[in-house]
Parts: sequence; structure tokens; C-alpha cells
Amino acid sequence: MKLYKIYILLFFVALGINSCSEDYLDVESEDPNSENFFNSQEDYESALIGAYDMLQSSYINVMLGEIASDNTLAGGESASDVIGIQQIDDMIHTPVNQQLSDLWRWMYAGVNRANYIMEFQDKTDFPDKPRVLGETRFLRAYYYFELVKFFGDVPLVVDQRFLFGDQFDVDRTPKAEVYTQIELDLIYAIDNLQYTTPDIGRASKGSAQALLGKVYLYQGKYDLAANVLDDLILSNQYSLVADYSTIFENDNENNSESVFEIQYSDLEGAGFGCLQCSEGNVAVGFNGIRNYNGPLFESGFSFNVPTQEVVDLFDPADPRLDTAILDIDAFASANGATFSTGFEHTGYFNRKYIARQGDLNTGDANLTNPNNYRAIRFADVLLMAAEAYNSGNLGDGQARTYLNRVRTRVGLPDVTLSGTALGDAIFLDRRLELVGEGHHFFDLVRTGRAASEIDNFVAGKHEVFPIPLEEILLAGNRWEQNPNY
Amino acid sequence: MNKFTLLLFYLVAALGFAQQSLVSGKVLDQATGETLLGVTVQNITSQTATTTDIDGLFTIAATKGDVLRFSYIGTVTKEFALGDETSITVMLEEDVATLEEIVVVGYGTQAVREVTGAVSIVNSEAIENLKPARVEEALQGQVPGVNVTSSSGSPGAGLNIRIRGVSTNGDNRPLILVDGNIIEDLSVINPGDIESISVLKDATAGIYGVRAANGVIIVTTKSGRRNLPLVVEYNSWGGAQETSRRLPTLNSQQYALIKNEAFANNGEALPFTNISNLTNTNYQDKVFQNALVLNNDISMRGGTEKSLYKLGVSVFNQDGIVGGKKSDFDRFTMSGNFDHKWTKNLEMKTGFIYSYTSNRSINDGGLGSVLFNAVNMAPTIPVRDAAGEFSLAEGLGNEVINPEAQLANTFNKNKVGKISGNFGLTYSFLDHFEATARIQANYSEAYGNNFNPRAFYGAGKVFNLDENVYSEYENFFSDYTYDAFIKYNNSFNDSHNIEAMLGMSAFRTRGDFNDFTGFGNGSNDYNEVSLAGADRRTSGDEIVGSARRFDQRLLSHFLRVQYDYQGKYLFSGVIRRDGSTIFGPENRFGIFPSASLGWVASDESFLKDSKVIDFLKVRASAGIIGNDRIPAFGYVSLLTGEGQYVFNDQIFNGTAGGALSNPEIKWEEQFTTNVGVDMQFLSNKLNVTVDYFNRETQDLLIAPNVSGILGSGAPGSSAPFINGGDIRNRGLELSIGYGDQITDDLSFNVSYNIATLDNEVLAVNNDNGFIEAGGFGVGQPPITRFEEGFTIGYFYGYQTDGIFQNAAEVAAHPSQIALGANAQPGDFRYRDLNNDGVINLEDRTELGDPLPDVTMGMNLSFNYKNWDFQSYFFASLGNEMVRNYERNQPLTNTTTNILNRWTGEGSTNSFPRVTTGATANQVFSDFYVEDASFLRAQNIQLGYTLNDSALKNVKLSKLRIYGAVRNAFTLTRYQGFDPSASSGDPLASGIDNGFYPVARTFLIGINAKF
Repeated sequence: MKLYKIYILLFFVALGINSCSEDYLDVESEDPNSENFFNSQEDYESALIGAYDMLQSSYINVMLGEIASDNTLAGGESASDVIGIQQIDDMIHTPVNQQLSDLWRWMYAGVNRANYIMEFQDKTDFPDKPRVLGETRFLRAYYYFELVKFFGDVPLVVDQRFLFGDQFDVDRTPKAEVYTQIELDLIYAIDNLQYTTPDIGRASKGSAQALLGKVYLYQGKYDLAANVLDDLILSNQYSLVADYSTIFENDNENNSESVFEIQYSDLEGAGFGCLQCSEGNVAVGFNGIRNYNGPLFESGFSFNVPTQEVVDLFDPADPRLDTAILDIDAFASANGATFSTGFEHTGYFNRKYIARQGDLNTGDANLTNPNNYRAIRFADVLLMAAEAYNSGNLGDGQARTYLNRVRTRVGLPDVTLSGTALGDAIFLDRRLELVGEGHHFFDLVRTGRAASEIDNFVAGKHEVFPIPLEEILLAGNRWEQNPNY
Repeated sequence: MNKFTLLLFYLVAALGFAQQSLVSGKVLDQATGETLLGVTVQNITSQTATTTDIDGLFTIAATKGDVLRFSYIGTVTKEFALGDETSITVMLEEDVATLEEIVVVGYGTQAVREVTGAVSIVNSEAIENLKPARVEEALQGQVPGVNVTSSSGSPGAGLNIRIRGVSTNGDNRPLILVDGNIIEDLSVINPGDIESISVLKDATAGIYGVRAANGVIIVTTKSGRRNLPLVVEYNSWGGAQETSRRLPTLNSQQYALIKNEAFANNGEALPFTNISNLTNTNYQDKVFQNALVLNNDISMRGGTEKSLYKLGVSVFNQDGIVGGKKSDFDRFTMSGNFDHKWTKNLEMKTGFIYSYTSNRSINDGGLGSVLFNAVNMAPTIPVRDAAGEFSLAEGLGNEVINPEAQLANTFNKNKVGKISGNFGLTYSFLDHFEATARIQANYSEAYGNNFNPRAFYGAGKVFNLDENVYSEYENFFSDYTYDAFIKYNNSFNDSHNIEAMLGMSAFRTRGDFNDFTGFGNGSNDYNEVSLAGADRRTSGDEIVGSARRFDQRLLSHFLRVQYDYQGKYLFSGVIRRDGSTIFGPENRFGIFPSASLGWVASDESFLKDSKVIDFLKVRASAGIIGNDRIPAFGYVSLLTGEGQYVFNDQIFNGTAGGALSNPEIKWEEQFTTNVGVDMQFLSNKLNVTVDYFNRETQDLLIAPNVSGILGSGAPGSSAPFINGGDIRNRGLELSIGYGDQITDDLSFNVSYNIATLDNEVLAVNNDNGFIEAGGFGVGQPPITRFEEGFTIGYFYGYQTDGIFQNAAEVAAHPSQIALGANAQPGDFRYRDLNNDGVINLEDRTELGDPLPDVTMGMNLSFNYKNWDFQSYFFASLGNEMVRNYERNQPLTNTTTNILNRWTGEGSTNSFPRVTTGATANQVFSDFYVEDASFLRAQNIQLGYTLNDSALKNVKLSKLRIYGAVRNAFTLTRYQGFDPSASSGDPLASGIDNGFYPVARTFLIGINAKF
């Protein structure tokens, strides 16, 4: 009897002691806390990979840059397939648009990841830190530039994360101020990065110079653009690929013409639940031929289909047409291939970025195409430089030299024009050289051509996209919408 | 002492002895005729007592006129005035009066008549009759206010239990206890082991604290009884299952004609130029099959004076009506308990449950599920082509594939082994005190694999695989709950009864996840592939930066006081302080009180002698319960995001922020009030219970969309949880039962219950006022909303206003181009709800909701001689469902509704034209919302019990043989597979992507008792 009492006592006491104190609830997460990170170079490098990650989600930016322009139509399965893309194609988009909302959220996620590193830039020192910060600031500039291109004035925060609650205080920052920050970041990157990178795929000094040149050009700062682009061209780090038709093939990624390339891989699966999580190039699957069966290519969702208008612009002698645009009927009958037609079928596909055979087809195969996006090609750099010289009246001779370098590569005769005629020639060549690469809409807008070229384009409205309505509401309904939306 | 007095003393003594004689006798159970061991036999007159022995025999000194009292647990105490007998046989009647039933109410039991909360009970009889494959099924229709839906009829698939509606946007699962021990998953329990289920529906559940916010389900398993000789029970049943519904789809000829018309309407070449000799394949007939279900269980239980014991073993096997062995569920369970009274003061309770389940599953529910494919696959394509290979589903879009090929390529296996054990001691001291300490621990291992072979289903199919994928996982979970409490129990002046309890509870749960995926095995055979054989591998640890382990804890203290005056005026009050690791240090603890009152009016003098009313109790309760069911560490910002990028053609894993943090998050709170009346009339033949409840959830834990500038759009990141919403559920519940013995041979029982539910979201404080969820079709915006002023998860889309009959009507109506295409005659006319002259996203409105307004349960049973008959019905009214199982590709098959399409002016005003061209007819509108009200015959059963005389020779005490039909029929206007299905997601539960229907089962079985 006494023994039992002792046992009972022990039972109560042992368990009671173990769990009665409130310390019992002090459980630390096994995951690192974001406030206690950045204790080694490894930590910085690791966070930097996280900052690069969001580049992959910019596939939607590239698609919209084409679809919004007169280069391509939305396509897809039906009129209601990804209605947000369909509306942008028709210039009837409103502030309620899932794709614009995604784009906003993803680019800001990139900004935040870069700012996270910058917030702790002084915590731990190591010799290679200037490079790490240079890449970080390049990425921040890249994301902000995308935001400014699409939305105009956007909230700007530097060297700290937006934390929960901040959204109710922050305002839209005038575009010019955002550009100033982008320039500062890129100048820092140019000063601290090398032309050669420790790994293939990282931003280099050249990447920063090219992006800065583009940023100047978008602001009409032609002399500054010409300067920085000249520096880049004269560095002789990049050269045009001799055979234009090979540039976009998967086995020719990161080639001599790639100044900056967004890296994709088919090594990991992806699903529609999180398109921004894919390591693959989602745009490639979206652009692909619908229900395709045949050689060379693979199936996709038939979005982003080129128009007859852009096909007709090519000089019959221009070999770039066959690389840029696939005439599916001709191809199918020549190769015994079959396919089905999607919505707004034009008979053409964006051949630079449609699904090809030869990858691992990791599921969902439409979302894991490995082909990198050639974000800034050396041909783009040359054409930007040509434009800067011509538009800034800095010397049409130099402009022609740069333009003709691009034309010579594909065997086209030199242009001998000057003045606005040369400007138009540069613009046309820019459109044809870069068709399908997501630049055309913004080129039309910044050169004032959009209203005359794009059906339904309303000047004073469609130069920028609307701030997603949801974002305005979620920030306390204080921001003014872009004009006329 | 002188001699005289001594003599007198002897004389008196002798006289006395002469008058006292010995009476012997036997005590039997009236129902079974079994002898009862340990019955207390008291001679009240002489104040002596004894107990019966193992043969039920007793001997006690008594004289004529003495009163003997026989008392025994679970029986009605009997008194017997002794006459001239010297040997008597006493039959004790089982104590069956409903209101004397004991109900488990939380850290103890209570007489039902004294319960002041809203508690419903399902007894073993109902469970035995319903023959549920899963315990949850026994609740449907039995308890008003409890709704059980399945997300799939596939064997082993989970069931969603909702007590009194949907009170939170997140986890709505009730707390489930089995014999006082928390069990998250009822699939480990053999339904045959269950004695009763109590459902606590109101604030009195608050004694269980944190996890009781969605109600509590208390399962009590059968156990031994004191002094009960060994009883062995064997149950066996088996049956054949078939689908309860097939959709009427077009046959080849209808299909070809419709498709030709659709292509012609768009000016395209006809796909079928010769429709006379098409092959016809009904793919539903191919994928649905008859399947077996078998259950065998055996249990032993009994008790001695000091101990109770029970041991049960069960084996259950079920194959699927789709896929057969490829969607099966096998369960083995073994459970036991042993209670022992060490001394007068010390009692021990121990028990264990071991279960091992194994199941295989097919793709069910959602775009690309087997049934989705069976509905959409073209009937003109045979299962296999001329070469004997599975036909390719060419031309049917990217998602629709040959369902037979899909089944053939489905390989997986999931196994779960789980052991639960508990040990507790109760020590009584100082007459009125009782201290209890107990610990319960669960440990489970889940492991399995999945193999997707290399396969080609047709051009562009999302399921095509060039490289096979083999994955394995192994997860470990463990938890324990430790409870300790002291009770004080006393009565004063025979009128004031008081019980007070003070206690604490600690809970800790941990898990560890491991998974690995191998790509590119050389072999494409499930039996040969392995991780080792893969070309390359990834492990879950590398891919996801988040912890692969979790550790969550709760610490609670509680005080309960129960008081009653003469069992007539009842009061119960609870105050509980819960602490959870889910919240930050400042908001970790919450204090949650509740109180309830009861008045047994029938005990009052003015009703005591009523001929009509036998029992009347009025009760009311109110209280607050906290809820913490959100992911851990929402109050700190962790690096759990996914940061991956590609350098040198290899994937590099980096670090990134996870879910955004909100240091302010605190307990979600439910304010519940309940008023109820329990009544019995006509000699207890008629029982009526009525309850009205109002439950408001405040400070709802929601993770609404937050401003994108915070970075929540990144992989692995998400919005922070905030306390930002308010939901109200209210309703009326009524249950009526009537039972009578009409003749000696005939008795019957009828019961009916009805519950109404009104669910309304009162606030969503996330700045845009709603949260969207629920996908529809392909590429369309979300169609369900969680929004102020509406039912949670209501459907949001366009309203149709008939069909445009001619071009003039089209021209007269605002433009519908923003929906994707300009309208033509034969297309839907959508209402311009905001009258702005265009039809666009702003014209969407409420189109229904998936929650039933009214649910009903009806049971009818009667016994005639040896025959017994039971039937159980359930009805759900006012729930809507979205039809989303048709892929709407130019060549996919459809249901026969399309035969009523618009074919020209005046043909119809309800079904649009068919065309392969661009239309806006597929945007989400009321056309796709259907009334999914239904009435279902859950179980109809006929049994025969053999006469005792027939059993004498085989040593059986009971043998019953029966036949039953489960889900015999369903009356509904809903056109999909199963109106009772639901995804379980509170924000998007009513979207039907081709739910796997529940099976109709024909079964036969026996119950035997030894």
C-alpha cells in the first residue's frame, strides 16, 4: 500500500515537473530566423541565389511585352483562356488582371529579396563582398526597371525589406526617382563586377553596362546611353554569333552574344499551382504549338502567336524570319507533323521560344522547358547604341556602323540612311532582330509609336499598365490609379 | 450479574437466533439469463451485506419481513421483501432509461439528465446497424447539426466532419477523442469496437480547450464490465459495391452529330463524314467495376471484481469501384484495455490501439482524374487500337487522356502503422477527493512510394512522360498528452451537490518528413524501379528550404465547478487558460470561460404528476473557445522560402524568406450561445430535443492577400496570418424519437432530426473585403469568395438571361467582348448588373453556395419476433454545386444535356449553341451552378436472430444474420456523380471536377456472441 502511494507520487511529480512550467512553450523553429542570418559569405551567397530566383518568373513580362504589341496575338485555347492575357492583347485590360497582379507581386518579391541582403550588407565582412553586393544591386535594378516599364511610378524602398504594415505608409515614388536609384545600383554594379563571372549565369560588369544603357535610353539620356554602351562594345567581351539561326537553341545558351541571360533548367518539376516556382521557362510551353505531333518541336498552349503583319515586314532575303517565326502549315506538310489550332490561330508560332524536343520533359513538361531567355543580346546592345547615337544626334556614322554590324551578320546590305530615316531603319531592324523577345511593346511606347501601331491603344492611358486594383486596396486605398484606367 | 439475568440473556439470545434463518439465492441478468458475479446483496433491515459468487449465488441471514436490496452496476436496483422463501432467484434488469445514461463530457462522465450543454449521442445499436466502413459515416443523419461529406468515395479517402457549419476559414475539423485520448484520424478505429459516440456541440466543449472550437467528438469503445464473465463476439460481413451513378454521356452517333454541328457552325470541315459505322465505347462502363468489401472482427471482454479487460482484432478490406485493386484500402486493428482497482483507493486504466493500414489510390477529383477522363474521352475511340495498345486521346485537349491507359499506369502504395497507448491512475483520498494523472502517446510511421512510368497518351498531353519518376517517402509522427486533475465531490443537506475540478494538460506533437524522388530508371516496371536505379535523384530536404520537422505544444490549466440543487437546478462553469506555441510570447496565452445552466422542470411539483410530460429540462450555455489551428511560427520571419536558381546548368539552392510574419497574431475566438429543451412524453415513448445556437467566430485567423510589395508572391512565401474576420453560424436543431412495444412480438422505433444552418461572414478585414479561391475551367479567374455579408465560399460569377435568339437581340444588348468574344445568336445573354453598358468582371454576382440550409436524418426500425428491420435516411437541402467536369474542347465528349442545345431562333432559351468558335459561353455563370439537394437512403437492413433453443447446442448466446444495402438510392436533381461530395476546403468546397461517387453496397453478415 505504501509502495503504491510512492509510485503515484512519482508518476504525478515526474510528469508534472516536465510540463507545468510556461517554458514548456518556448520552442525555437528549426529553420533559421531571418534576423539572425548573414554570418558568413556562404549565407550571403545563399541569399543571393534567392534574389536571382525571381528572374525566372519574368517569363510573363516577356510574353506580355510581345502580346501587348502588334507583333503577336494572345492565342491560347479559347477566348476565355487566361483572360488577363487576352484583354491585354486587345487593349481592353482593366485594373483587375491576374497576370499584371502576378507580375507586380513577383517583381516586388525580387526587390524584397535583394533588399534583404542590402539590409544586412554590413553584418559580416569577407573579401568577395563587393561582387556579391554588385550582383545584388544589379538584380534590384533589374526588378525595379521591369516595374517602372510596366507601371510607371512605383513604391521605392532601398536597403530594407518592406515589412508587414509598411504597405499602409509607402507611396508611389515618381518614376524619375526610381530611375535614379536604378542608375545608382547599376553604376555600383559596373564598378564592382568583372566581365568574367565565377559561374555561368551570374550578372557581369557587361550585364550592368548593357542594362544601364537601356535604362538611359528609356529616359532619353542618349549621351549617357551612348557612353556606357560604347564602353561595353569597346571592351570586346562580346561578339555576335555568326549563325543567327543557332542563337536560340538550347545547346547554344550563354553564347558569345549573351550579355545577360535568365537561366532555366528542366531538372526539377513544376505545377500550375506555383508558376513562379518553376525552374523552367514557362513562356516556352505557353508559346508552344497546340497538340503537336512531329519532329523537332513539342506541344504547348499556342499563346503569343505572331501576326501576318510582322511576318510581312521581313525582307524575303532576311534569314531571321525562319529562325524567329515558324510557319506551321508549311512545316507540318513538309514534315508530316500534326497539330491543332488554338484561339486566334494565325498559322505562325514564336519559333525562338517554343518547346523543342530533347529536354527531360520533367512534369509538368509544359512548364519545365529549359531554354534560357536571352534577356540582353549583344545585337540589342549594338542597336541601342545605334539608336542613342542617332536619336541623340551624336553621330549617324557611328549609328550606321553599329546597325550595319547587326545587318551584316545576317547578310543584309548596309544601310546608308541618316537622320529620322536612319532612326526608322534602326527601329525596324530592332523590331525584326528582336521579334518574340519581349521588347517591342516598350520600344513602341518609349518612341511614341504605340498609338499609331497598336489597335485600340489610347494615348495617355496605355503607355503604362494599371496598378492592380487589389494592390491599391491592399495598400490602404491611397494610391492614385494610372491615368484613365 | 445474577443468575436470573444470565438466564434471561441466554433466552433472548436463543430466541433471536431462532428467528434469524439463512436465505440463499441466485442473481441473473434478466436480458441474457446469465448469472451475475459480484452483485451487492444487502439486508436493509438487519444492516448486513454480502456479494454473489461466480455462479451468481449468495447466502444471507434474513427473516420473514426483511427487505433485501440487490444492486449492481448498470442495472436497476431491486428490493425484495422476504416472505417464507428460503431460496430466491432475482432477475436484474438492465438500466436502459435513456435519461439515466451516462455521457462522457470531458475529464469525466455525467448523467444525461444533468447535462446542461448541447450533447448528442449515437449509440452502439445505430453504429452496428449502419455498418460504416469508417466511423464518421455513423454520424451522418444521426446527430442534428453534424454534416459529413467526402472529398472522394475512394476507399480510405478522408471524410470531412462539420459540426454546426463552417466556423473558420481554415481547419474546421472537430476534436476527436477515443476513450479520452486524442486521435486525429478516425480511420484507425474499427467501427465495430464502438460503444457510443458523444458529440459536444456548444461552448461546454470548452473544457477541452484549444482544439475544441469546432466541436468535440467523443468515442467510447466497448469495454468489459465488472464481474462479467468472458464474452466473445464475432462479426463478419461482406459485400459487393457498385457505383451509385453514371453520367449520361453521348454515344458515338450522338457525339458525331453534335461535333459535326459544332464544326459546321464555325465553318470548319466536319470531323465525322461517315457516322454509320462508328465504334462506340462508354468509358464509364470501362472504368467502373464491381468491387468487394469484407470485414471480420472478433473481440473478447469481461471483468472480475477488480479488473476489466477487452481485446479486439479486426481486418477490413475494400477495393475501389474505380480501379479495383488500384484504389483499395486494407486495415488491420488490434486494441485492448485493462482497468484494475489495485486497492479501494487506487484505480489504473491502460489501453492501446494498434493499426496498420495500406492503400493504393488513383487520380480522383480534379482536372485529369480518371472519372474526368472517362466523361470527356471520345466514345468513338476504342480502348485499344488495332495493334492492341491503348488508344491515344488525340484531339481532346491537353488534359484528357485514355482513362484505361491512365489506370494501367497508376502505381503507388501507402502504408501507415500507428500505435497509441495510454496509462492513467486515479487515487481517491479524504473521502471527497480524487486525483487523476494519465498519459497518452501516439506514434506513427507512414511510408509509401509512387511511380509514374514513361508514357505517351497523345500529342501535347500534360501527363506524357519521357523519363519515369519514382518517389518514396517516410514520415514519422509522435505526440503525447499528459493530463492531471483533482476532483472534489460532496453533497450538503442531501440537496446541494457540488463537484469541482482543477487540472492541467500538456500536449506535444512532433513530425519528421523524408521524401526522395528518382528520375529516369532504366526499367519502366514498377516492380523493378528503385531510387538506386534512378539516373538522378532529389530529396525533399534539398528542394524545400523549410524544416522537415515540426514540434508544437500546448499547455493548459482549467477549473470546472458543477453544482446542482436536488438534481433540479443545474449549473456548470469552466474557466480554462490555454497556451500555444503557435503564437508569440506576448499573445501565447488565452483565457476562455464558459458556463451553462439547467432546470429540470419536470421535477417541480406542478409537473411531477403530469400524465403527459415525463421529463422536461431547459438548458442554456454560453462561452468562448479559442482556436490556434494555423501553421507554427507565424509571429517570426523564417527563412523557409524557396530560393533556387540555375548556374552552370545546375540548380543551386539558396535561402529566402518564407511566409511573412505578423508578431501580433493571437487566438481566434468563438462566442457560442445555446438554448435547448429536452422532453419526454407518453411514458418516455416520445423524446424531443430542441436546440438553438448562435456561434460567432471573431478575430478569425486568416492569411488574406497582402500587398505584393511585401514580397509574398515569391516561391515558398505567403501572406502572414492576421486576426481579421468574423463569421456567424446560427441554426435550429430538432430531434424527435418515438418508440413503442405494440405487442409482445412487435416493437418499432422512429426518429427524425432536422437542423438548419445560416452561415454568414460578418467581416473580412483585409482591405479589399474578400478572399478569392476555387478554380473553374481553364485560365478563368477564381469563382468562390469569402466575403462580408455572404456565406463562406459562395459562388461568384455572371448571371445569364437566356439565349440571344437573333442578331437584333445581340445588337440591343451591351457588348460582351470583355468576356472573350462578341456574342452571336445562340449565345448566352449575361445581365449587365451595374448598368454601365458593358458586360465585364464588374457584372459578377452571387450564384449560390455549397453549404446546405437544412439537413435531416430519418431512421425507422421495427422488430417482429425474430426479425428486425432498420432504415436510415439523410437529406441535405439548399446546397449548390458547380459543374466543372466537362472539358469543353472541340472533340471532348459531354453529357446528353447538350442535345437540348440552341439550334435556331425559338429552339431553346436555356442551352447555348454548339460551336468550335470563340464564345463567352464557358465563362463561369449560373448555368454551371446546380441545386445539389438530395435525399439518400444510407442503409436499409433486414436481420434475423436465431432462437435461443436453436443455439443451446452450439454454445452461442446470440446469432444474428442480416442483409443490408448501403447507399441504396439517392434522390437528387444534381446531374454530377455525387451531390454529397465536397472538397472540404471551407473556401472552395462545392466545385465538382468529377467526384468519385460513394459506392452502393449490397452486403450480408452475421453477429455471433459466445
